[in-house]
Amino acid sequence: MEQEWRQAKRPFAAIIGPPGFWLALFFLVPLAIVWAYSFGRTLGLTDIAITGTLDNYARVMDPVYLDIFVKSLGVAALTTLLCLIIGFPVALAITFAPPRAKAWLLMLVMLPFWTNLLVRTYALMAVLRNEGYVNTVLGWGWDGLRAMGLSLSAFQPLPLLHNNFAVVLGLVYVNLPFLILPLYAALDRLDRSMIEASLDLGAGHLRTMREIVVPLALPGILSGLLITFVPALGAYLTPDLLGGPDSQMIANVIERQFKRANDWPFGAALSFMLMYLTFIAIAGQAIVARRRRARAGA
Amino acid sequence: MAATPLIRIEHLTKRFGGFTAVEQVSLDIMEGEFFALLGPSGCGKTTLLRMLAGLELPSEGRILIDGQDMSSVPPNRRPVNMVFQSYAVFPHMSVKANVAYGLKIAGVPEPERTDRVMEALALVRLEGMADRKPDQLSGGQRQRVALARALIKRPRVLLLDEPLSALDAKLRETMRFELTRIQETVGVTFVMVTHDQDEALAMASRCALMNRGALQQVATPSDLYEYPNNRFVADFIGSVNLFEGRLVVDEPDHAVIASDQLGARIFVDHGVTGATDATVWAGLRPEKVEMAHLNGAAPPARVGVPEGHNLVRGTIRRGAYLGSETVYDVALESGAEMRVLRSNVTRYVDREFAEGDAVWLSWAPRSPAVLLS
Repeated sequence: MEQEWRQAKRPFAAIIGPPGFWLALFFLVPLAIVWAYSFGRTLGLTDIAITGTLDNYARVMDPVYLDIFVKSLGVAALTTLLCLIIGFPVALAITFAPPRAKAWLLMLVMLPFWTNLLVRTYALMAVLRNEGYVNTVLGWGWDGLRAMGLSLSAFQPLPLLHNNFAVVLGLVYVNLPFLILPLYAALDRLDRSMIEASLDLGAGHLRTMREIVVPLALPGILSGLLITFVPALGAYLTPDLLGGPDSQMIANVIERQFKRANDWPFGAALSFMLMYLTFIAIAGQAIVARRRRARAGA
Repeated sequence: MAATPLIRIEHLTKRFGGFTAVEQVSLDIMEGEFFALLGPSGCGKTTLLRMLAGLELPSEGRILIDGQDMSSVPPNRRPVNMVFQSYAVFPHMSVKANVAYGLKIAGVPEPERTDRVMEALALVRLEGMADRKPDQLSGGQRQRVALARALIKRPRVLLLDEPLSALDAKLRETMRFELTRIQETVGVTFVMVTHDQDEALAMASRCALMNRGALQQVATPSDLYEYPNNRFVADFIGSVNLFEGRLVVDEPDHAVIASDQLGARIFVDHGVTGATDATVWAGLRPEKVEMAHLNGAAPPARVGVPEGHNLVRGTIRRGAYLGSETVYDVALESGAEMRVLRSNVTRYVDREFAEGDAVWLSWAPRSPAVLLS
């Protein structure tokens, strides 16, 4: 029998104490300060009066900002969907790869984590910009066609950078491992004999995927989607570096309030709106998961 | 046999990398048989079963079912269904949905589908459980769901992978009879994998004993026990006393083996057709050895046995009382040991034999199994 933590209060307190203190001091306290700011008003350059006003939240409801919220949700949803479409076959391939190849494939998935996000994003810029690798190679091909006698105008580089396309591409690139790993974990846990039983009972591979694999891996798929969606929703660096003038996401707007606009109370209110949206997404996932459990138990 | 076999396995070999799991197995299984693939763990019996199901592809050789080559037939198109060792009951479906799965895939229309589900559930005695979820069932009930789910497809062959290994002792005995009853009811050919010789002997009409990927012997349970092919078979099925010796006489109607290990000559009432002087082994089942007190009395004489054959002296080392019988280990004068089994036909109060007793051991000329390898 495992010992319950209540039976060993002092060791439990000793272990939980330092991290609890750390969390309180560097996470909960700053969060509370920001929360308080969201009910305040800027007085001067540095002074903020906590007046209890709801004006900041009223401003969040302004169509300009709501549009950006909606757009951020859309970009995050599109990113998550693309990650799922690309990531599911990858996770499936890793799951059914021979054991030796498996370790290497997982390494490859995790490899990007070894490089800083900023560096990776700049590398992506080098690939996508007008004089970047993609356009250079395309230019060679174009010149080759021209040399073969096709009457073509001069090569126009494709606009790959500083637009919404680049933002979604960058977000998919950054977030893909976050979806592949939980998907892989969910698929790998699956009892292989379930799949074999389905084949044995006459179902083809696609039917087995739909009837057996996806339903059984659904909790893992949902948590993978959430883990991808939440950081994509709050993405700052990727839209900042890869995006164009019309591709700012909510995190960029928040940053501007704290820096250039120097309107901390409004930035705080926007931050909390973002957090509430995140909570709603998490709660949605939890409700779906619980309903599934309840149905399984009934 | 004149009839064409339902399953014909021809020179089947399966390699995993450098490891050969199944080696050159050829085997015929007839319609309506309850066939057991028996052997120690890792002998290739499960791999053979999985090749029948199509879940593994043979490296060499082929499998014919109803005369049809199965080599390029995927598992979902084979006239074969399987009960998995873990049962593999789908946890997100009710009992009914699990059993109906194969029919749903096959597109069997609704009124018939439900009728057949109810019929299959009745066959495995789970009528009242149709709407339950697998996590509300016991292990034995889950197995019945797996059984109903596989049988509802009306397969030509039902494959069972260690069907009783996950059940407790009491339930195992019940399921033994249940499986036999179900097989007799539906008349489907059963092929079962087991490492448990009792299971195979009690249920199967025929057994194939495997070791290290190769078939050792294919026979009825009683032939496997009474006429083993080699030392592995004799040793794996039941308990046996094995003595190495030389074949000194080999006539059509009798043979004699001189065994230094036993310290006696063994007389058997049949020819061996081995080369004289060849090394052979005599296998003696513990229940076929007779034991008598020495007491300075004359050795018990046996009709048809030349004097001095099939007779050794020894001292009882240990006696283990097992209820219905007692097992004695007797130290022979040659230094070897012989295991002897006595049925306790009367109440075991006055012990006939005690540790330290000097005894004669003897056996009939038809009792020893002569093994060439």
